[in-house]
Amino acid sequence: MAWFKRSKENISTEKPKQDLPDGMWVKCDSCNELMHKKQWETNKFVCLKCSNHFRIGSNEYFKILLDEGSFKEMDRRIRSIDILNFTDSKSYAKRIDDAINKTKLYDAIRTGTGKIKGIDIAIGCMDFAFIGGSMGSVVGEKVARIIDKSIRTRFPLIIISQSGGARMQEAAVSLMQLAKTSSRLAKLAEEKIPYISILTNPTTGGASASYSMLGDINIAEPNALIGFAGPRVIRQATGKDLPVGFQRSEFILEHGFLDLIVDRRDMREKLSQLLNLFAN
Amino acid sequence: MPLTTLDFEKPIVELEQKMEEMRKMADGLDLSSEINKLETKIIELRKSIFKNLTPWQIVQLARHPERPYTLDYIYLMTENFIELHGDRNFRDDKAMVGGFATLGDKTVMLIGQQKGRDTKSNLYRNFGMSNPEGYRKALRLMKLAEKFEKPVITLIDTPGAFPGIEAEERGQAEAIARNLLEMSRLQVPLIVAIIGEGASGGALGIGIGDKVLMLEYCWYSVISPESCSSILWRSWDYKEQAAEASKLTAKDLLKLGIIDRIIPEPLGGAHRNHKEAADILKQALLEELETISKIKKNRLLDYRIKKFNVMGYFK
Repeated sequence: MAWFKRSKENISTEKPKQDLPDGMWVKCDSCNELMHKKQWETNKFVCLKCSNHFRIGSNEYFKILLDEGSFKEMDRRIRSIDILNFTDSKSYAKRIDDAINKTKLYDAIRTGTGKIKGIDIAIGCMDFAFIGGSMGSVVGEKVARIIDKSIRTRFPLIIISQSGGARMQEAAVSLMQLAKTSSRLAKLAEEKIPYISILTNPTTGGASASYSMLGDINIAEPNALIGFAGPRVIRQATGKDLPVGFQRSEFILEHGFLDLIVDRRDMREKLSQLLNLFAN
Repeated sequence: MPLTTLDFEKPIVELEQKMEEMRKMADGLDLSSEINKLETKIIELRKSIFKNLTPWQIVQLARHPERPYTLDYIYLMTENFIELHGDRNFRDDKAMVGGFATLGDKTVMLIGQQKGRDTKSNLYRNFGMSNPEGYRKALRLMKLAEKFEKPVITLIDTPGAFPGIEAEERGQAEAIARNLLEMSRLQVPLIVAIIGEGASGGALGIGIGDKVLMLEYCWYSVISPESCSSILWRSWDYKEQAAEASKLTAKDLLKLGIIDRIIPEPLGGAHRNHKEAADILKQALLEELETISKIKKNRLLDYRIKKFNVMGYFK
């Protein structure tokens, strides 16, 4: 018998290396679990093992939340113009063109009407893939218009946020979108039409300092980063280590700024329940 | 003589010193014609330098440590100011001040961010960076004014809302968002004046109004030129380009329809003459209040919401 016993196994790769057939498998960036793409999609793009909520776009959310075929998109082709003539490493005009080509979206939000278990709603969903879900003139205008639609039709409003903040290339014009959307929401509030805000990973900066935080009901997906300043900025400004779980959904709920945290797989059910409570 | 001189102010200050010396040297001699010449030269020089300021130079002026701050303006413009404290919820935020005062012959509510002048007072004022309780205090005071039908005037001067751990815990984003919504439907006249730095959501958190005025040498944007440089250029060295690109000066913002009126500053900037700067601002505020008071109450809110609703450029 040996004097010393090895308590740990030798360092080895957890799983034998596999060649992934292109597009068939997905790896969880949180727990490294390999999943078959079909399985993962059926699971609403949530990891089968650790429930990590993968970031998904408006297409996927509309499919997950709305009754099949009920989504009618509005204002699809509105796009930004480079009013400031802004150029950093590339011109803003070029940046927009590139983003449109890459994502096949026109800006960082899509809006329209649809149904959740037969209940009509007005809905907007942001896309992080489009310049970090940044909020500029187009996002502001489309949010304002979907609020108007909600007022005209009296359909409850749902907005799914996913944004790094205001779009710097539109400078003060993008800042004014906070004012524009919030003042529109004041109108919606006067009309007593329910507004449910769904915050997904991440919702920070301009979006969180305007419509994302102003829901009659604020719901977040689990473990989403939610806050005003980003963690890097806070670490820099304060020189302090950030607490574990800082600015995550559970932390934000604990501090009183969320009503609910809802797993994406239960979201449609929960929304229909809420909508019914408001309606009846 | 100012204690702090910005680079581009140096030629002016040098001439001023020369003039000062000449005055001392004169000692019975009649140098008045020389002195007068020099004086005209100084004015000319100042005019020519201040006519062609770059956006970055304007940012520097907006941050000039001898610039009048919110409380300076309040004391110089009004009588009977009584500062009111606290958000009735958590704490009194020293970076946000406010209270009733008499402007002209009427009672108004004045609210604004307050910076400090030296290290000690800057720590006390948190460099003019409010925590959520600051925005909630501002809102409480606005609601108080609304209850007693007094107009509200806000003065913006902040390098941003405070990016701290506790600020996040207490809901910085929610506090600002709530103010935007509530200010949009506040049932009294609401005038905003940017008197120094207008940085991002921290500024906008008290920045919704029927009229938005901006002093000549101020900046207002979604992010400071330094942070913009660090994010978009991935280096701190492009602040001047960032200032240029962001169109953050009063002139640019007037063209973009984001502000309504530029308030001129005394020659050389507000820091050269606090009293004159305050008098000019006071005059403008009285004029604007007069105009707004003629608008029917039920229309006022529609106008206010419409004003912000047309902002944005798209096709």
